[in-house]
Amino acid sequence: MKMDARTVPIVPATPPSRKDGAFEYLTTRKDELIGWARKFSLFPYPFVTACCAMEFMAVSASPYDTDRFGAALPRFSPRQADLLMVVGTVTHKQAPVLLKVYEQMCEPKWVMAFGVCATSGGFYQNYATLLGIDRIIPVDVYVPGCPPRPEMVIDGIMQLQAKIARSSHPIVTQAF
Amino acid sequence: MAATALDTLQQQMVPAAGAALLSHGTLAFTLAPAELVPTVRRLRDEFGFDIFLDVTAVDWPAAALRFEVVHHFYSTAHKARVRLKTRVAEADPTLDSLVGLYGSAAFMERECHDMYGIVFRGNHDLRPILLYEGFVGHPLRKDYPKQREQPLVPYRT
Amino acid sequence: MDTVFPNPVRPLFGTPLRDDSVIVNIGPSHPATHGTVQIIAELDGEKVLRTDVHCGYLHRGFEKECEDHTWHNLIPYVDRLNYVSALVNDFAYCDGVERLMGIEITPRCRYLRTLLSEYSRVVDHLTCLAAGLMEMGAMTAFLYLVMVRDFMYEHLAALTGARVTYSYGRIGGLARDLPAGWLVRLEEILVQYEEFVARVHALVDRNRIFIDRLRDVGVITTADALSFGCTGPILRSTGVPRDLRKDMPYLAYAELDFDIPVGIKGDNYDRYFVRMREMDESVYMIRQLAQMLPEGPINVDDRRCTFPDKALVYSEIESLINHFKLVMDGPGVPPGEIYCAHEAPNGELGFYMVSTGGGTPYKVHVRSPSFAHIGAASRMLDGGQLADIVPTFGSINMIGGECDR
Repeated sequence: MKMDARTVPIVPATPPSRKDGAFEYLTTRKDELIGWARKFSLFPYPFVTACCAMEFMAVSASPYDTDRFGAALPRFSPRQADLLMVVGTVTHKQAPVLLKVYEQMCEPKWVMAFGVCATSGGFYQNYATLLGIDRIIPVDVYVPGCPPRPEMVIDGIMQLQAKIARSSHPIVTQAF
Repeated sequence: MAATALDTLQQQMVPAAGAALLSHGTLAFTLAPAELVPTVRRLRDEFGFDIFLDVTAVDWPAAALRFEVVHHFYSTAHKARVRLKTRVAEADPTLDSLVGLYGSAAFMERECHDMYGIVFRGNHDLRPILLYEGFVGHPLRKDYPKQREQPLVPYRT
Repeated sequence: MDTVFPNPVRPLFGTPLRDDSVIVNIGPSHPATHGTVQIIAELDGEKVLRTDVHCGYLHRGFEKECEDHTWHNLIPYVDRLNYVSALVNDFAYCDGVERLMGIEITPRCRYLRTLLSEYSRVVDHLTCLAAGLMEMGAMTAFLYLVMVRDFMYEHLAALTGARVTYSYGRIGGLARDLPAGWLVRLEEILVQYEEFVARVHALVDRNRIFIDRLRDVGVITTADALSFGCTGPILRSTGVPRDLRKDMPYLAYAELDFDIPVGIKGDNYDRYFVRMREMDESVYMIRQLAQMLPEGPINVDDRRCTFPDKALVYSEIESLINHFKLVMDGPGVPPGEIYCAHEAPNGELGFYMVSTGGGTPYKVHVRSPSFAHIGAASRMLDGGQLADIVPTFGSINMIGGECDR
């Protein structure tokens, strides 16, 4: 089925518009502060479809608690969430729904592909399955596993937190 | 108890219904398509087969009558199972629907239509249930390649 | 930006019946629809006039995959049908293939499969109740039940290697035998289960709020349940004591002492209570089976399906060839067809398998209880309130992998 490919915008990197070292120091500190705040207050949107939901429930509950990482409170409205956790297989029937939810989320947003079906289609390499959600939306963290153990999910969240901490957060520029 | 019920069933149904075979505890009848609804009505009303379990099809591409449609029924009173098999051709894969007899026929027949293209006369709602609008073809037929995808959303570059 | 979102379904109704009613879309990405069901509901205020339930958002082509893999290679796929009680699917599938091949499993395997089927039943009901109660706001009950479930997951991981989807059944037996101390830990977990479930009973059973939300809500009559093909807890909640474990006993159920809990009204409260009681019955059965478990081999000694010992594979040519053939071609199943059904936690889970000889199936079809129950969902939702959609849907226990296959 011939279709035009699409480009999905990702968070644009701030061009370094530095005039002097002091400004650069301030923006780095600002990025670190905002990154620290954002990484410890993730509001996941659990886009749950399949078996990985069992491990998602297990990782949200005790003893593997995502609340320790600030990532426990799910927000079931995409407008209020910033982490889209795609948990389980996404089929072609579900793909427009996933895309709509992703595009309704406001910046900054991150995507976690939870499970090997969301990463690459898993072992359902057939007509029905979308072979990896990165075919339609950009993904920040891939957590493989069928289903992944809760420790792997927590590792994925921590890696995402490291990514958020080291990325730039362009809410204040020199023009401000 | 199930065995005696199935024996009675076999004796009473075979003259009208066609050949019967006991296959791993399930009594299997082979029917002509026109016999399907009368036989099912008799099974439900006279013999107490109150649960319509499922309808599916088997694709035999080399045969003249390509699709073998298989219905399964269960009787909670006799604790017995029955299988009905009919054959339809590829050119006209039409069979009578059981929606008037069982509520579960609605979804089961939609699925069979989705996967194989069997048209159930009398079921007015044969929208895709497991597949989606815009999907062309019937995937469980032997000539549908497993990997042929029909994406709804264009892929990113 | 102008992105076109194609609609994957065609709704049954587009125009409202009345001037003041509204058509809303619930799902398919929704916390309470278990992720993969879309309910298009027409509402008059808070009252549901009619619903159009759409499933199929998790159709992963299981039956098409079956035609390409050997009988053995399908065991992981079969696991992921009803992924909350994966072992039951394994054993139902393996039972069907074994009957087609004419293989009789060993006594130890039979008892162990029964024990693990009941263990999986407890896990399934714990998950269903935990999710259902959480969706009504009882977060504490969710945390208690998921804690017990987690102990069981870790315990099963010690046996099978995985927490959720095990691939533990084998044609002719099981993957491996019990590790040392497994049965001791089992008894510890069952004691903790009783403690946690007693707390949930105390929280929910006579709680005015839960009774108001669950009693007389989502009622289905016996006639409707039978007509729509409902089996399992839904049929039993209407008062019909039908259970394949008693009616057409398989595995070791004929030798066990257990009751079939039934409800009185066919409403959500009955389904909740039937599941709670079924878990207690399952625990009772597990304790009986742990005492009855005989010694002996796990796998039947049959070259057609059982993999030979690795030491022999490396030293004898016959074992090497046997192993090679089993892996590459699959176990040779004689031509024939079978419909093999087990009592899964949701109801009658049937496998209709057609074999034309050889190591790959010609066709495998799953008769899934969730699919039949989704057909009955409209009956239970119409005429209720909008807020009742969530607990009613939760009590149906629609598992996407099984419903959509």
